Amino acid sequence: MNGDLSRSMREIVDGVYRSESRRVFATLIRVLGDFDTAEEALHDAFRAALEQWPREGVPANPRAWLVSAGRFKAIDGLRRRARFEKLDDFAEHAESIADESVAPDADDIEDDRLRLVFTCCHPALSPDAQVALTLREVCGLTTEEIAHAFLTAAPTVAQRIVRAKSKIREAGIPYRVPSPEELPQRLDSVLRVVYLVFNEGYSASSGESLTRHDVSGEAIRLARLLVELLPEPEAMGLLALMLLHESRRAARTSASGDLILLDAQDRSRWDRGQIAEGIALVERALPRRAPGPYCLQAAIAAVHAEAPSAEATDWEEIVGLYDLLVLAEPSPVVELNRAVAVAMRDGPLAGLALVDAILARGALSDYRLAHAARADLCRRLARTADARLSYERALALTRQEPERRFLERRLAELKK
Amino acid sequence: MKYLCLVYLDEKRQDELPDEDCVAYDTDIRASGYCLASEALQPVQTATTVRMRNGKLSVTDGPFAETKEQLAGFYMIEATDLNEAIRIAAKIPPARVGCVEVRPIRPIRETVAARTRST
Repeated sequence: MNGDLSRSMREIVDGVYRSESRRVFATLIRVLGDFDTAEEALHDAFRAALEQWPREGVPANPRAWLVSAGRFKAIDGLRRRARFEKLDDFAEHAESIADESVAPDADDIEDDRLRLVFTCCHPALSPDAQVALTLREVCGLTTEEIAHAFLTAAPTVAQRIVRAKSKIREAGIPYRVPSPEELPQRLDSVLRVVYLVFNEGYSASSGESLTRHDVSGEAIRLARLLVELLPEPEAMGLLALMLLHESRRAARTSASGDLILLDAQDRSRWDRGQIAEGIALVERALPRRAPGPYCLQAAIAAVHAEAPSAEATDWEEIVGLYDLLVLAEPSPVVELNRAVAVAMRDGPLAGLALVDAILARGALSDYRLAHAARADLCRRLARTADARLSYERALALTRQEPERRFLERRLAELKK
Repeated sequence: MKYLCLVYLDEKRQDELPDEDCVAYDTDIRASGYCLASEALQPVQTATTVRMRNGKLSVTDGPFAETKEQLAGFYMIEATDLNEAIRIAAKIPPARVGCVEVRPIRPIRETVAARTRST
């Protein structure tokens, strides 16, 4: 009986840990002023819950209980250290925390999660550190899980996180949601981190795919949190874009792990639930003026998602969206994608002229997908020699195994 | 004439140089009237580089690394946090053509004073 009770209490505490620990942690960072003290306090709070809840019952508001338990544990700890190490700093710190009178309310707690996201994605941290810190502190992944997802050694990730935390402390990176005038640029930085995390999981398509797939899921969860806390059109656009890409996951690789391009995918295997959610988000975000790059990319993905086949796709609409994207985010890669869409609308010759013009500028001469796109257009025009040269160039530049196999297959088909 | 004396040091060798020596020298030179301002800096990992190009702010981790740019001046500012420091740094005119490295001050005098008190 007693054993059952303690087991079910452990399950309850575990459940609360899963659903609340990141929120409690975010608030403890604000209340206690630094990451490491907050982490220690978080563990102390859950240890206290395991001891006290079986006796006293689960509190009506576990989150508030945990925040206040963590805060008291931290104050105790600082006071103890002040006594033993005779350092005024600890005593002062303890009193300043103890001074902060009232318990934080629910709104504050949601703001704390947003504060944490913005602090972890601060542009004064290196991009690698932003990603590692966000996955560690916001998503609660372990250092080993992050290392695995990014094919990095765990000590490297651990060192990145330690360095980032010390920069936050020493350079005075604040724990705050940016002011309205800073918000657009700072949000860009957060969205870039989320998209980077997503792509890391999405582009992995063999061997390790199972665990790395989870990283894409983590990015989608992060974007959902952002949309919930800060429903900016670009945040919705990014969430939509990721859902629409994710919807094709099952269809984009064969059973043997080979890459299947969009036009050859079995569209019945696309996830209709994710597509519906993605399209709804695009519709919510897009009507606003001057759509940003994520909204436009999501809108393009939505047009694909709605098409029954590659041929029946509304290429006119897609080229139009690319025209806007070239304006919103001018880059040779966007121009290349636009050229491929033009080839679908007006035929391969029109597309090839655009691709050759981009390559002639030297902008993408080392970009494997530019050569792969050129090769494909030449193949469709039956210019076999040109196609072979471009496939070989793309092959020399690629580092991804499934991509290499795909290009080799195309080259072999040319020789037939 | 006023002169700026820039201090360069391999941070790995920081330990060979006790903070107490630096603070003692600082106290002397300030008393002598020669010194107008002096501070120690936090390690280079705490640096942030700010640039303004066509009205767009760019913020990156780390110190400036272009050897073709030379040190041209300095501002010592008081700001509540790094966000405010970046806002101020972005308005320094050379940020539009060069860059401004924002590095926090290391409270060396306070550290040495606290150490003296606790022993």
